[in-house]
Amino acid sequence: MGMTLAEKIISSRFGEEVHAGQFVVCKVDVCLAQDGTAPLAVRELQGLGLERAQDPARTVFFLDHAAPSPRRELSNDHMFIREFGRKTGSVVSEVGEGVCHQRIAEDYAAPGDIVIGADSHTCTAGALGSFATGMGSTDVAIGIALGRTWLRVPETYHIVVKGAFQPGVEAKDVILHLIGMIGADGATYKALEFSGEAVVAMDMSDRLTLANMAVEAGAKAGIIASDEKTRAYLEAQGRGHQYKPVVPDPDAVYERVIEIDASSLVPTVSFPHTVDNTRTIDQAKGIKIHQVVLGTCTNGRHLDLQRAAAILKGRRINPSVRLLVVPASRKIMLDALRDGTIETLVEAGASIGTPGCGPCVGVHMGALGDGETCLATQNRNFKGRMGNPNGEIYLASPQVAAATALAGEIADPREVLQ
Amino acid sequence: MILKGKAWTFGDDISTDHIAPGRYFHLRSNLPELAKHVLEDADPEFAGKMTPGDFVVGGNNFGLGSSREHAPRIIRVAGVSAVLAKSFARIFFRNAINVGLPVLICDTDRISAGDRLRVDLSRGTIENQATGETIRFEPLPDVMVTILNDGGLAEHIRKHGDFRL
Repeated sequence: MGMTLAEKIISSRFGEEVHAGQFVVCKVDVCLAQDGTAPLAVRELQGLGLERAQDPARTVFFLDHAAPSPRRELSNDHMFIREFGRKTGSVVSEVGEGVCHQRIAEDYAAPGDIVIGADSHTCTAGALGSFATGMGSTDVAIGIALGRTWLRVPETYHIVVKGAFQPGVEAKDVILHLIGMIGADGATYKALEFSGEAVVAMDMSDRLTLANMAVEAGAKAGIIASDEKTRAYLEAQGRGHQYKPVVPDPDAVYERVIEIDASSLVPTVSFPHTVDNTRTIDQAKGIKIHQVVLGTCTNGRHLDLQRAAAILKGRRINPSVRLLVVPASRKIMLDALRDGTIETLVEAGASIGTPGCGPCVGVHMGALGDGETCLATQNRNFKGRMGNPNGEIYLASPQVAAATALAGEIADPREVLQ
Repeated sequence: MILKGKAWTFGDDISTDHIAPGRYFHLRSNLPELAKHVLEDADPEFAGKMTPGDFVVGGNNFGLGSSREHAPRIIRVAGVSAVLAKSFARIFFRNAINVGLPVLICDTDRISAGDRLRVDLSRGTIENQATGETIRFEPLPDVMVTILNDGGLAEHIRKHGDFRL
């Protein structure tokens, strides 16, 4: 019986062929937690007397959500995490190294891996052909100590993105469009498998954006078959030897197939306060915006910053807006410094933050004032998300963000690009 | 096991940001303090109004969003005896079982704010004492029943030294 990507990867780690609906206890390859979820995971392990990591080199703790720490309670959490890392030999990704999901793509996940993380956007690594899924602190703690977890093999929705994008339209618009179409719980418990000409043509940067937001439709994982683009990305990270082809069987059984024509898509915006509350740019244009955020695990990569810089080059942002730019990792920040992207953004009026999660989680920096609006390239716009339940968050692509920063209101990048 | 209490109703799409807002991130290592803010962005007065034993009653997709296990934990720390909803987001559902918080999938349209409920976990029934109706909830998968009966995932591992699912 043909297998989907999720079935193939889980079967390989379980050691025998399994299909959707079956429960397995199987090996995990990479475990991660971040500064908001790791302390609870560590306390669980201490409580169980299991202060160990089965595979310390692939057990990674990220200091990214509250980095640099804005207050002493969080500084103490950071110390606690560092100490556990030291004791067990696990990796601690320090303040400024970047947001966990970007770092996992750069240095850890490989095709065919099972990645579990105490962060819902762990699904990002599915772009590399991994089965990557978010869990809670206790699940990940047990995964760290035993090197295994339990999984129900998910059914798969096959998302086929045909054709090519118009200028000004990108991966973010596909995933927002999809979530708007099927709803925030449209794929609960399912795996999303992305394919089609537009996905094949995408760089890893855009593929990571697609997989990142699978959870916003409720999905357990968002997976893309590995190919030459995956190989090239791994080689660029110095990990070419970790490449292997992971592809679904031609007769794989999908619960649902959804086709999207990339050429028919326009810039798409999620309105407050749910990700599935999407509209096309025509319905969003003109809404006054006070803060624009470019960054996060969804859209803080070099290509994202370059796309925004192409729109902002030689221009100044509207004086009624502040533009916060947070590269997703130190590596990305260096690349963007070296090729002048950061210079372009700063000349246009952007302020640059420490690589990490930035304002997305509402822990520090960039909190909204009462009644303020923000347009962000992140993945969530829930009420209270950016530190204030009386703020409103719109979600869109880096190109919409750049056009909006210029206009001071939501704007269509296609009009600026012309 | 029988649970009794009053229903506090919430709508669809109650996120983990509603339940455990990011601005209290610094309280994550202090669950009793964090629990004072439970569900604050859905109902700012909830933590002060509810009585231990009460039920949180949601609509569709309860608990969507982040993987923060603090969300089901502080619902439990606050004394809520179970969460009832038409559907749950995947990670919240799994976390709730892992921390021993019963999560019941049922038709919550038949429950109104303030109704007194009597839940029989083993029989799978919710008696709405305000309307006299009995509502059934969906049984959990066997794997989750095992974990919940052991008192959560950590206790399961403590008891067996490994997964016994």
